[in-house]
Amino acid sequence: MTARSGESSLEYLQRKLCSVYPDLCPLFSIEFADGVLMVPRSVLHKAAEDLKEIGFERFGFVTAVDHGDDFELVYRLQSGTFGVGLFLKTEVPRCEAVMESLTDLWPAAGWQEREVYDMFGIEFRDHPDLRRILLPEDWVGYPLRKDYKDDSVIPRPDYI
Amino acid sequence: MALVDSLTSALERIPGGGIILTSMDALADWSRGQSLWAMPMGTACCAMELIAASFSKFDFDRLGTFPRPDPRHTDVMIIAGTITKKMQPAVRRLYDQMAEPKYVIAMGNCAVSGGIFYYDTYSVVRGADAFMPVDVYISGCPPRPEALQDGVLQLRELIRTRSLTDAPTYERDLTQPGLDAARAGSTDAETLIGDVPERPASGAGESL
Repeated sequence: MTARSGESSLEYLQRKLCSVYPDLCPLFSIEFADGVLMVPRSVLHKAAEDLKEIGFERFGFVTAVDHGDDFELVYRLQSGTFGVGLFLKTEVPRCEAVMESLTDLWPAAGWQEREVYDMFGIEFRDHPDLRRILLPEDWVGYPLRKDYKDDSVIPRPDYI
Repeated sequence: MALVDSLTSALERIPGGGIILTSMDALADWSRGQSLWAMPMGTACCAMELIAASFSKFDFDRLGTFPRPDPRHTDVMIIAGTITKKMQPAVRRLYDQMAEPKYVIAMGNCAVSGGIFYYDTYSVVRGADAFMPVDVYISGCPPRPEALQDGVLQLRELIRTRSLTDAPTYERDLTQPGLDAARAGSTDAETLIGDVPERPASGAGESL
């Protein structure tokens, strides 16, 4: 399968994805000239495997968003084959903030997942070395959670 | 220092020794100030200006200051940049490894007081003087290389005004006055609330 004339790289990716993995097709959308694949938590690892198979060789980064009751995990994957990047997203509940590690697919995910663990407290299962990466190891709490409280923080006064 | 110390106290006791001591003081202080080798403790972006100061355009070496990345070879530690709570023990350790007499220059707003990270930050130490003694403060975000060189000249003045007999040794620790344990990452809320400036009465400050 090759790109048709007049077809953008993203459209080509969408067509290819739909023909090879029809079950991922309805989850894929194009938002702001970027591909977004929103999947349920249980199939994220399988979807990442499929995407690696289809030509996403590079792991860009992983980060998280705190939406209150759940965290949104955002993975950025990049492909030299298609010449595009893709956001792979999923939601994990706050009460059970656990995700499967992608280090078995891309070793580069290791430090990125440690950072998400450090800042949001999301645990990555089967990670080879899951410990804090930016903060001291005896730190209490996860600073990028919206409900994080720290007595050493001095709140900024209104007049500044 | 031990030999010099005993020599100076012996000189003080003999008649006329004071005159020799005074001129020796002047000579020793002058010579010590002329070659302040610097320990470049570049913890953040101010280090760029510190590097610029040592290169040919600003030429730090003409003041006898020379960056030397080994604490045991250096006289003055230049802390250039934000000190995070994770970095704090490392900075303190390098400072402890320096030989006496030793001096510290806090370069840039972050090393002086925490700078823009003073409020709403969980990970930054509010100023180097929270956990080590500082001799010269240079404000700026970042300061120009000229300001840093002026800081070295200020330090030279400071050395010149101190006599050998009362040359300070910085064997202080966090529990002693002058060092603020609260700002170095204590979780005691009451000490910290004291640091928050009161909101000025109506209108004051808004004219800015």
